[in-house]
Amino acid sequence: MNPTPPQSAAVKEKSKFAAFWSMLLADKLALAAVIFLLIVITCAFIGPFFLEYDAGRQNLRGRNAPPFDLSRGWQFFLGGDQLGRPLLARIIVAAHNTMMVAGGSVVAAMAVGGTLGLIAGNSRGRAAQIIPRLADVIMSFPSLLLAVIVLYMLEPSVGNIIIVLAITRIPIYLRTTCAEILEVRERMFVQAAKVMGASEMRIIFRHMLPVIFPTLLTIATLDFAFVMLAESALSFLGIGIQPPEITWGLMVSQGRPYLTTAWWLSFWPGLAIVLTTLSLNLLSNWMRTALDPKQRWRLEIGDRKNG
Amino acid sequence: MGDHLLEVQDLSVTFHTMRGPVHAVRNVSWHLDRGEVLAILGESGSGKSVSASAIMDLIDIPPGEISSGCILFEGRDLLTMSRDERRMFNGKRIAMIFQDPLSHLNPVYSVGWQIEETMVIHGTSRSEARAETVRLLRKVGIPDPEGAAKKYPHQFSGGQRQRLMIAMALALRPDVLIADEPTTALDVTVQAQILALLEELQTETGMGLLIITHDLGVVAEMAHRVVVMNGGQIVESGSAAQVYHTPQHPYTQKLIAAAPGQGDMSLGVAEQEPLLRLTDVKKNYGEFAALKGISFDLLAGETLAVVGESGSGKSTMAKVLLRLEEASGGKAEYEGRDLFALSPAELFEMRRDIQMVFQDPTQSLNPGMSVYDLISEAWVIHREILPKDKWKARVAELLEQVGLQAEHMHRYPHQFSGGQRQRIAIARALALEPRIIVCDEAVSALDVSIQAQVIELLDSLRQELGLSYIFIAHDLPVVRDFADRVIVMQGGEIVEQGSVRQIFEAPRMRYTQDLLAASLNPDPEVQAARRVKRLEMAQ
Repeated sequence: MNPTPPQSAAVKEKSKFAAFWSMLLADKLALAAVIFLLIVITCAFIGPFFLEYDAGRQNLRGRNAPPFDLSRGWQFFLGGDQLGRPLLARIIVAAHNTMMVAGGSVVAAMAVGGTLGLIAGNSRGRAAQIIPRLADVIMSFPSLLLAVIVLYMLEPSVGNIIIVLAITRIPIYLRTTCAEILEVRERMFVQAAKVMGASEMRIIFRHMLPVIFPTLLTIATLDFAFVMLAESALSFLGIGIQPPEITWGLMVSQGRPYLTTAWWLSFWPGLAIVLTTLSLNLLSNWMRTALDPKQRWRLEIGDRKNG
Repeated sequence: MGDHLLEVQDLSVTFHTMRGPVHAVRNVSWHLDRGEVLAILGESGSGKSVSASAIMDLIDIPPGEISSGCILFEGRDLLTMSRDERRMFNGKRIAMIFQDPLSHLNPVYSVGWQIEETMVIHGTSRSEARAETVRLLRKVGIPDPEGAAKKYPHQFSGGQRQRLMIAMALALRPDVLIADEPTTALDVTVQAQILALLEELQTETGMGLLIITHDLGVVAEMAHRVVVMNGGQIVESGSAAQVYHTPQHPYTQKLIAAAPGQGDMSLGVAEQEPLLRLTDVKKNYGEFAALKGISFDLLAGETLAVVGESGSGKSTMAKVLLRLEEASGGKAEYEGRDLFALSPAELFEMRRDIQMVFQDPTQSLNPGMSVYDLISEAWVIHREILPKDKWKARVAELLEQVGLQAEHMHRYPHQFSGGQRQRIAIARALALEPRIIVCDEAVSALDVSIQAQVIELLDSLRQELGLSYIFIAHDLPVVRDFADRVIVMQGGEIVEQGSVRQIFEAPRMRYTQDLLAASLNPDPEVQAARRVKRLEMAQ
C-alpha cells in the first residue's frame, strides 16, 4: 500500500487551517474573544515569573488606592487592594491559578464524564445500569457540601481542588453524553456504518462523537464560569485556595467587605471572570458553526463580503 | 368576480432569507367551486402547498411576504381582512387536514374533547357538541364512536387518526376542505379507504375539496380538475382526463411519462442455483412474532421485490438478513454458509457482499462527512479492496457511475437534493463491490420523476455489475416495472410469491387482490373503471 505523499497532506492541512482562519476573521466577535483568551493564557503562563514579587509586596501607603492613577506606577493603574498590593499585577498573577483550577477541572470532568457516558450509552449490559446511577448519586449530593467535606479531610491544594470540582461536575457531561448517544445510536447513518462492517470504535469516534461534541463543548464553556465561582466560594469558606496564593474568585471575596468604599477591589477580578467566560462562550458559538457543515456557509458568506 | 366559491388571483409569495429573496409562488391563479374537487399537483419545492398556507393564514410574515394578488372567498378578499375577521372563516368555513395527523392532534386530550372544542369555540353548547361528535365519528367510520370519543390519539392507527382529523375538520360544516397530502403517510389499502371517505363526504355535503398531492394516482382517483405546478408557477391546468391524456407543457409530459406502472413487465431470469436461500426465518420480540417463518430464494442478477403494508415484517426481514437484529430461528444460506451462524470475522467478510440502501438518504448519510469521506469509508473499513492512492480516482469513477460529477466529492450531503443524496448512498453501497443490495423503500421518499431516474440507475447497475436486489417497497407500480419476482407479506408471513406477471395479472390470494385493487393508476379512466369494479365487489 502506498501512503499518501506527505507533501499533499501538508498542503491539505495548511488549507484547512487557512479555511478556519478566514472563518474566524469573518466573525469579529469570535476573533476578539480569541485575542482576549490568548492574552489571558499568556498572562497565566508568563505573568507569575515577572510579577510574583510585586503582586505580594505590601505597601500600606497604597491601601485601597483608587484606580486610573499612574503616580504609583503602571501596576497601580487599576488601584491597590486592602493591603496596598497592586491590583493589576495581582490579576495577572492570579490568572495562573484560576486557569489551572477552572481549566483543569472542566477538562477533567468533560473527559471522565464523556468517556463514562460513551460507555454507558453504548453498552446494553450492566454498565448501562450502573454508570447513570453513579451520576445520580453524585448529583443528589449538594456539590458544595461534597467539596467542603472532601477538602476538610484532604489538604486544600490546587490539585485537590481540581479533583473535587471535577467530580462534582462529572454527572452533567455523563448524562448529556449518555442521552445523546442513545439518540444518535438509532440514527440511520449509524446503521449504515454497521452494515458496511464498521467496528464499534469507528462508529463511536467517527460517527457518534462528532455529533455530540459541539453540545459538550457548549456545556463546558458554561461550566467554566460556574467552576470559577465555585472555587471562589470554597476560597471564601477558607477551604479553597489559601492566601498568599491568589485566584480571581478569592480576590472577589476578599474585596467584598470594601464594596461600599473601594468597589475596584472586587470589580476588576470580577470583570476578568466575566470577560473570560464571555469569550469562551463566543468562541464555542463560533466553533459550533464552523464545525457544522450545514451552518458553515454563514461564516463563509461573511468572509466573502469582507474580502 | 365572485362567482367562484374560492378564488386565488395572481398570488405571489416571497420568503426573505439570508441568501436573498426566494419566490415560493409567482402569479398563481386558480379557483374552486362548490361541489368540485380540485387537485394541485406538484413535486417537492414546487410551491404547491404555499397558496393553501396563504389561504389559512399559515405563512409566517416576516420572513414571508405576500407581494401580490388576492384570495377571494365568496367574493371577499381574505388578505385585506383583520385577524379577527379571518378567524371567522378559518376553521369554520375553510377547514384543513394535514399529512401527519399525529402531530396535529393534541396527545393529552381525548379525541372526543378535541372535536367538541372546535365546536364550542365557535359557539355550540357542550352537550350539543358531544352528540354531534359521536355522530361525526360514526360518519367517518370509527368503530364504537361513543367509546372512541374517550380515547386518546395514540390509541388509534394512522388511518383512523386521519379519519379523526377529517371529523374535526368537518365539525363546523365547512364550505371548503383543504387536504394537504392527506394519504401520503398511509398504506395503500388505507389510502383507498380515506379517499373513498373524502369523496363520499364531499358529495354528501357539497363542499369544495382542494387536494394537494404529488401522486398522479390520487389525482386520477379524486380530481375533477387539476392544476400542475412547477418551480412556483402553474404550468398547466384543466380537467384531470384532459391533462393526463393530452398534456401540453413539457413538464407535465415528463411527469406523466415518469409515472411508474406503465412499462413492460420482466420475464424473470433463467432458472439456476439460488445465490441466497432463506429457510424458515423467525424473529420474535418478546411474545410478539414479527417474522413467522419466512422462506425464499434469491437468484443471481435478479430483483426480488418484497411488498406489504406497514407492520408486515418486511423491514424486519431486511434487518435480520443484514444481522442488524439477530434472528430467533431459521437459516440464511449464502454460498453454502449460514449467515446467522457466522463468527464476527466471517460476518465482517460477508458485509462486503451484502449491502443496503436505506429509505431516507438525509438520515442515512452522516451530515458531518464529505461525499469523499462517506464513500471512501468503505475502504477504510475493508482495507484489502483498494490501496489508498487510488481512492480519489475510484470515488470519482463511482460518482460518475451513479450520474453525479467527480467534483461533487468535496461537498457535504446537505448541498444535494434528495435524489442526488440517494445516488450518493448507492455509490457508497457500490464501493464495497457487493453482490446483493437490499433496498429498503429506497425510492419511496423521492419525487416521481426522480424516482424513475433512480430506478433506471439501479436497473443499469444490475446489468453492468450483475447485482441482485432485494427491493422492499409498498408502491406497487414501481415494483411492477422493476421486479423480476415478487413476495407479498402480511403479518410476518409470506402470503404469496411468484413472478411479477403472475402476481400482477393473476393474483391468487385475496390479500394480494385487495392490495392491487387499492393501488392507484395515474390514468383517470382506468381509475374510474376500477372504482366501478370496486363498488361491485363491495356489493
